[in-house]
Amino acid sequence: MALDEYQKRDFKIIGTRPQRPDGIDKVTGRAQYGADFYLPGMLTGKLLRSPHAHARIKSIDISAAAALQGVKAVVTGNDFPGGAKGDTLDVQDHCLARNVALYDGHAVAAVAATSAKIAQAALELIKVDYEILPHVTSIEAAMPTGAPLVQEGRRGRKIPEEYSDNCTGMCEFGHGDLDAGFAKADLIIERTFKTSSTHQGYIEPNACLANMGPDGRADMWCCTQGHFQVRNLCAQMMGMDQSALRVTASEIGGGFGGKTTVFIEPVALLLSRKANLPVKMVMSREEVFKASGPTVASLTDVKIGMTKDGVITAADALIRYEGGAWPNMTIFPGAQSAFACYDLSAVRAQGLNFLTNRPLQAAYRAPGAPQSIYAVEAVVDELALELGLDPIDVRLKNAARKGTKSSYGPTYDEIGLIPLLEAAKAHPHYTAPLGPNQGRGLSSGFWFNFGGETCVSLAIDFDGSVTLVEGNPDIGGSRASMSMMAAEELGIPYEKVRTIVADTASLGHNEVTHGSRVTFSVGLATIKAARAAIKEMCRRAAKTWGIDEEAVVWEDGYAKPAGANAGDHEPLSLAQIAAKSSRTGGPIVGHHEVMAEGAGVSFGVHICDIEVDPETGFTKVLRYTVLQDAGKAIHPDYVEGQMQGGAVQGIGWALNEEYIYGEDGRLQNAGFLDYRIPVASDLPKIDTVILEIPNPGHPYGVRGVGETGIVPPLAAISNAMSHAINVRMSELPMSPPRVLKAIKDKG
Amino acid sequence: MVKVTVWGSLRAATDGQAEVEVDASTFKEVLDALQLNYPGLTDQIEQGVSMAIDGKIYKDSWFTPVKPDSEVILMPLMQGG
Repeated sequence: MALDEYQKRDFKIIGTRPQRPDGIDKVTGRAQYGADFYLPGMLTGKLLRSPHAHARIKSIDISAAAALQGVKAVVTGNDFPGGAKGDTLDVQDHCLARNVALYDGHAVAAVAATSAKIAQAALELIKVDYEILPHVTSIEAAMPTGAPLVQEGRRGRKIPEEYSDNCTGMCEFGHGDLDAGFAKADLIIERTFKTSSTHQGYIEPNACLANMGPDGRADMWCCTQGHFQVRNLCAQMMGMDQSALRVTASEIGGGFGGKTTVFIEPVALLLSRKANLPVKMVMSREEVFKASGPTVASLTDVKIGMTKDGVITAADALIRYEGGAWPNMTIFPGAQSAFACYDLSAVRAQGLNFLTNRPLQAAYRAPGAPQSIYAVEAVVDELALELGLDPIDVRLKNAARKGTKSSYGPTYDEIGLIPLLEAAKAHPHYTAPLGPNQGRGLSSGFWFNFGGETCVSLAIDFDGSVTLVEGNPDIGGSRASMSMMAAEELGIPYEKVRTIVADTASLGHNEVTHGSRVTFSVGLATIKAARAAIKEMCRRAAKTWGIDEEAVVWEDGYAKPAGANAGDHEPLSLAQIAAKSSRTGGPIVGHHEVMAEGAGVSFGVHICDIEVDPETGFTKVLRYTVLQDAGKAIHPDYVEGQMQGGAVQGIGWALNEEYIYGEDGRLQNAGFLDYRIPVASDLPKIDTVILEIPNPGHPYGVRGVGETGIVPPLAAISNAMSHAINVRMSELPMSPPRVLKAIKDKG
Repeated sequence: MVKVTVWGSLRAATDGQAEVEVDASTFKEVLDALQLNYPGLTDQIEQGVSMAIDGKIYKDSWFTPVKPDSEVILMPLMQGG
């Protein structure tokens, strides 16, 4: 059996709930976030942003701004040295326009000055001559031929003629004979669903501090989900060696996918290079809304056929996403995941992506999956309702299981969907009575999970404590989880392990913290690094005792002779071996570098009760239960937190959150007053049920839990709404005006 | 020979075939053979692909072995949030 395959064992630390290592720092204000770094002589950087949705930049006159006392640098997009290509050039253009402003809020120039006040004054002295161009901000408007063109030369290959040149790509997944499948159906339902663009709503605005010296070497501190990614993108844009830029990740006040790329970091470097001084940039909340990366918006047609007894005979979807003014890949996971919860003999999911004059989309927990699965789960619910079947029974009858050929291709290994549905059916929530104007909804959800490049170093310190160095920002409890896995392997207390997140100069490349990869991948590397250290400690013990290495075993934190033939030696603890390590061969360090593969897919099932006020259309969430397969919950508090957090964000997406653009193509609600995310007083306690169906590809069975939780709420709440008001709504968010209109239109 | 399933929108590059056969024993050899036999796949492969081999998704592991009876599915590059 390979070392990274699941092996059943009894845990001492895994599954317990020790104190989080960052808790005291965060509640006392000691933790350093992106805006908390200062250097002598530091300047303030600010960006001038386009007031137009689409405009050619005929000229930019920076002379007056540059001449203002206190201004040390003014740059535009044409100041980048030209090293960026392909997708990286798109990201660079999103950070700072070169010749065309492509969305309301698109940065067109930047200033670094000795104070924020002077920087702001300088921005007002920059004269930009715009030629306003036609704009398009919705999928419906961007699709047809003749639509205003966002960018030339971006049309994808083999796009059907009926679509405009804004269509940047298409994809198709599935198998089986759809026509034959639909012919077998007793009932076919076909509907169109729409979701709005939403923001991750992280509490900490993007912030960074860049310091480039005259030798061309630089340091940066920033809040990010992936500082290696920040380094690599910035180095390419700046024409630097990657090793010439050291990036340190700060603590992070939320990311949820939104901080997997760069927005201000390359601009801060550009300013620092020109000013030869450190430059700090902090986005305002308005800037975060306007010019970071919200989700794709969607327009999805779903058609599903079902027999009277609830067997799905065929399923088809046409999914259209818009993700701003540059191409993106989110349509792929959207189309792949649409029907991933089902075992289907005839299935097809087609995807199309369109450009619009909006900021470039970024990931948001399970990117692309909530939108497409929402549409599918709503139609499944309606079929069950029309046929008088229980929605869980219908899902159980059609659920993906081990051996199912998934709708996106691979055959599933061990997965947890059926146990989750059975647990949902047995949960008291599912049969609790409902009152007037109340409805209950249910939805399944899915995410792939994955691995990626990962490096870990684990040092056995002389006093028997352990320092674990990883390279992924801790956005969901990874320091606690890694410490627990290291302690479990080493057989020492959790408190003896300190895990830190190292800068980019201290480890090899680490893939971004995204895709629910860290507990799986960094955990795998941590376990292997600990095992490498154990092997070395056993070797040191063997040398000390004068016996063969193979005659030493590691048990509960001690090196012990393996049986009577190894001789009678007093076991040596980790601390005893560490204390003598200088005399037995030098420091003891275990490390592991890997392209982690073998992540196990994750499923979730949510149950939701709502009550609708028929007078106002206001919806109150009364009760909410999340059931999810974690594979193995390393620290259940964090797992439950991920499940609850995903549910809450999905509730906001379903009921209130949306980017609202005016006829002028400008964003009208760039602030939390007008962009309403759920707060604690809006919500009931989110109940959680963790199931543990081990991932065969991880030594402890870990799957990853961060993504899946945001997938089911959209349909769970939509389905609850249908039962509460007896109208099938098909557009999110189901905000009070829309709900009220649906009720009134029903008559 | 290994059977490789390509997703729907790539089938224009494989003469409409959902499944193609290539002579390969590793992840990298599958990609090389696909590009050699079906040059229309090159853009997508260079842009980045994942591969599911016997149910496990591999991002870019060249030397992962592929057996003649393996289930091999070409997939888009994974991303996450």
